[in-house]
Amino acid sequence: MDFDFLSSTMVTLIKALPVTLALFALSVSIGCVLALLILWMRVGGNRYLSAFAKAYVFVFRGSPLLIQMFLVFYGLAQFSFIRNGPLWPLLREPFVCAVLSLALCTAGYSAEIFRGGLRSVPPREIEAARSIGMSGFLLVRRIIAPIALRYALPAYSTEVVLMMKSTSLASLVTVWEVTGVAQRLISHSYRTMEVFLCAAAIYLVLNFIVLQAMALLEYSLSRHLRAPRQRARPEA
Amino acid sequence: MADTARLSVRDIRKSFGAHEVLRGISLEARDGDVISVLGASGSGKSTFLRCINLLEIADTGEIWVDGEQIRMAQKGGRNHPASQRQVDHIRSELGMVFQSFNLWSHMTILQNVIEGPVHVLKRPRAACVEEAHALLKKVGIADKADSYPAHLSGGQQQRAAIARALAMKPKVMLFDEPTSALDPELVGEVLRVMRALAEEGMTMLVVTHEMSFARNVSNRVIFMKEGQIESSGAPEAMFGAGASPAFRQFFGHFGG
Repeated sequence: MDFDFLSSTMVTLIKALPVTLALFALSVSIGCVLALLILWMRVGGNRYLSAFAKAYVFVFRGSPLLIQMFLVFYGLAQFSFIRNGPLWPLLREPFVCAVLSLALCTAGYSAEIFRGGLRSVPPREIEAARSIGMSGFLLVRRIIAPIALRYALPAYSTEVVLMMKSTSLASLVTVWEVTGVAQRLISHSYRTMEVFLCAAAIYLVLNFIVLQAMALLEYSLSRHLRAPRQRARPEA
Repeated sequence: MADTARLSVRDIRKSFGAHEVLRGISLEARDGDVISVLGASGSGKSTFLRCINLLEIADTGEIWVDGEQIRMAQKGGRNHPASQRQVDHIRSELGMVFQSFNLWSHMTILQNVIEGPVHVLKRPRAACVEEAHALLKKVGIADKADSYPAHLSGGQQQRAAIARALAMKPKVMLFDEPTSALDPELVGEVLRVMRALAEEGMTMLVVTHEMSFARNVSNRVIFMKEGQIESSGAPEAMFGAGASPAFRQFFGHFGG
């Protein structure tokens, strides 16, 4: 085994890591905010907003992310009002297009995951909160959101891991993240196996860290579901 | 204070679809009154209680809490509270205890008790924590402050729920069948707490099937039948020779 080649490949790929991480962090956080917005439209009670949210989720869950990314990257430029618009300096950047399509896509999935969490909140606990005079944002912040988050977390952590892997699609719109750099290395060296194995190892390590963080968060939000620590006592 | 009623309900009506659940209920509770509301299931007594703190919205009628009337408005042909702000305020003055406790499962007992005072009444946390410990001691679960609801028995959970309601310093306490979900051996501990509250002069409205509580603790008994108050009066009269035939028949089912 050619350890010199492997280690130099690793070094090159790790140099591309900041781009992958930036794609991931930006798209997950923007997607999360968008998802909350779509969720609000979906359950807010306005018929038209709710229909829009349903359609949004259907479109972005129902079509391939790669095609969405191509549509954003190659498609937007065909509209002259976008090409001449104020956002064009941003929208012509491959990185921005990749973040945009990743965020739009995860927003659709996440909105549905959060909605599932929301539906799991016991109505009785909401009623108890109302009975002491909570309503509106206070009720959401103190009671509904914490309970819904706990229920949504397992499914959401899967979505976050999928997003980490989906960043590799950005290579196809010329963003030089880990997978893109790996392909460039292969086109020079023709050593497909070693290079892609190195890239896979990087994604594995990243997702291991992400999953550990999510598990830790889930654990810290589940204290009420575990047996009391002081003394093992039969559950009532 | 002697003249204004703590709680005054005038001619409340409520329908679910074509079914009229409440057909004109009026009631007045003065300071320190303990009123038991009895009736078969389906007689509308829980709906009546839930209308008072607006968990259900009555179709018509007036509700006054401590001299303040809840303002209603028509919206889309339905009766609706005019101001959510006022609703929140009124609810914060009415302590509600539910049949199934409804504690917030993700919070410890202490957090459950201080939640309202800290976040709704915006009072300083340290003072709330101190009061919460005193309340938990009063209901006999001082050692459970840091436990989660799922780790408590039903009776302990209900006592915690009473402490949570008391922490708001309510003007009236509403109890919606507080012992109906409990195993028989746990009923007593909850009733003892309620009796102690009554003796302290708390104004209470109690929907219950506990005849001994109605008879020995409350100073007024209301018997509901088919959405109306069939008869009401002091427990001595209600459970004595002057009982109405309908109440006598209802009461007979409980082996009285």
